[in-house]
Amino acid sequence: MSSEAGQQHPLGIYYKIWILLFVLSGFSYAVDFYEVQGAMRWTLVLLFMTLKAGFITAIFMHVVWERMALVATILGPPIVLLLFISFMAIEGNYTENARFSYMGHDRDAVALTPEDLHGGGHGGEEHGEEAEH
Amino acid sequence: MSEAALTQAGPQEGMDGLVDDWSSDKQTYHVPWGKAMMWIFLVSDTFIFTCFLTAYLHVRLTTTEPWPVQGAIFALSLFGSDPIPLILIALMTFILITSSGTMALAVNMGYRKDKEKAFWLICATAFFGLCFVGMQMFEWSKLILDEGIRPWQNPFGAAQFGSIFFMITGFHGLHVSGGVIYLMWVALRVRRGYYDEKGYEIVEIVGLYWHFVDLVWVFIFAFFYLL
Repeated sequence: MSSEAGQQHPLGIYYKIWILLFVLSGFSYAVDFYEVQGAMRWTLVLLFMTLKAGFITAIFMHVVWERMALVATILGPPIVLLLFISFMAIEGNYTENARFSYMGHDRDAVALTPEDLHGGGHGGEEHGEEAEH
Repeated sequence: MSEAALTQAGPQEGMDGLVDDWSSDKQTYHVPWGKAMMWIFLVSDTFIFTCFLTAYLHVRLTTTEPWPVQGAIFALSLFGSDPIPLILIALMTFILITSSGTMALAVNMGYRKDKEKAFWLICATAFFGLCFVGMQMFEWSKLILDEGIRPWQNPFGAAQFGSIFFMITGFHGLHVSGGVIYLMWVALRVRRGYYDEKGYEIVEIVGLYWHFVDLVWVFIFAFFYLL
């Protein structure tokens, strides 16, 4: 299909992708709702994210019907970003380990939740003090 | 090549030369220029959001303070129920996807020159965008006023949580707000028949922007709220 004539496609494909995006979002939320943890959580969340991003870009943004020159311009530069992200991940892991191993930071520190601070209710009076120091 | 032809096509100087050097009478992208430019803009915006999310990745890895539990912080009670984790964020996600669907249909109706349907579908998209921004304002005020989260500190864990949260969702919310204005601008012009002669590619162009905003949210939802 030539892009010069405009991107015209049957409506059916939009409806299908639309429903699919809802389902995938529902799955993502279910991962959190049913408290899937660990490697499984990462796998599922990243899988659903990639699928959603892929369908939006390919179908809704019509990339799958564009000519190669434009597709390469759109998808080429962001691929370089993956290299950047992995560098920062490696460096970040190293820094964290150094802080734990040599600077005596607490490995077992646990984050507080709103319930810890104001017992389930939403008082809003007592917040802030703990973090002053 | 003869000498006469060489002098005729010879290099010009100054501004004319600049134009001459860049225009080789060959079009690279066989799409309307506005669409090509929108794509270039979106690629650059991808870099900005990737930098934000990578900053978040790095900050979250390097800080040895525990990261606040998102599920608990973004929980909300509906009609007096127990707090449901992430429910507001899930609703915002569904609203943004709904708006993406109406936008895709609007693009289609634009190319069919069905002005009335295109207009209303773009309006619906803008309306869902406004809902999203409204819910985000609600979320921000809850976090700022009730939970005491600031860009420099919060009572739950790593102080960087606040700075990352306000920076990333703020920048995304700004994109949504800008998008709503852009959408309404295009919608009114569609209705007035401004594009009858120029063609309805503009609806696809504003659609690209809107889908991109939705796309960014997919990544924010996964990395910031779920992981």
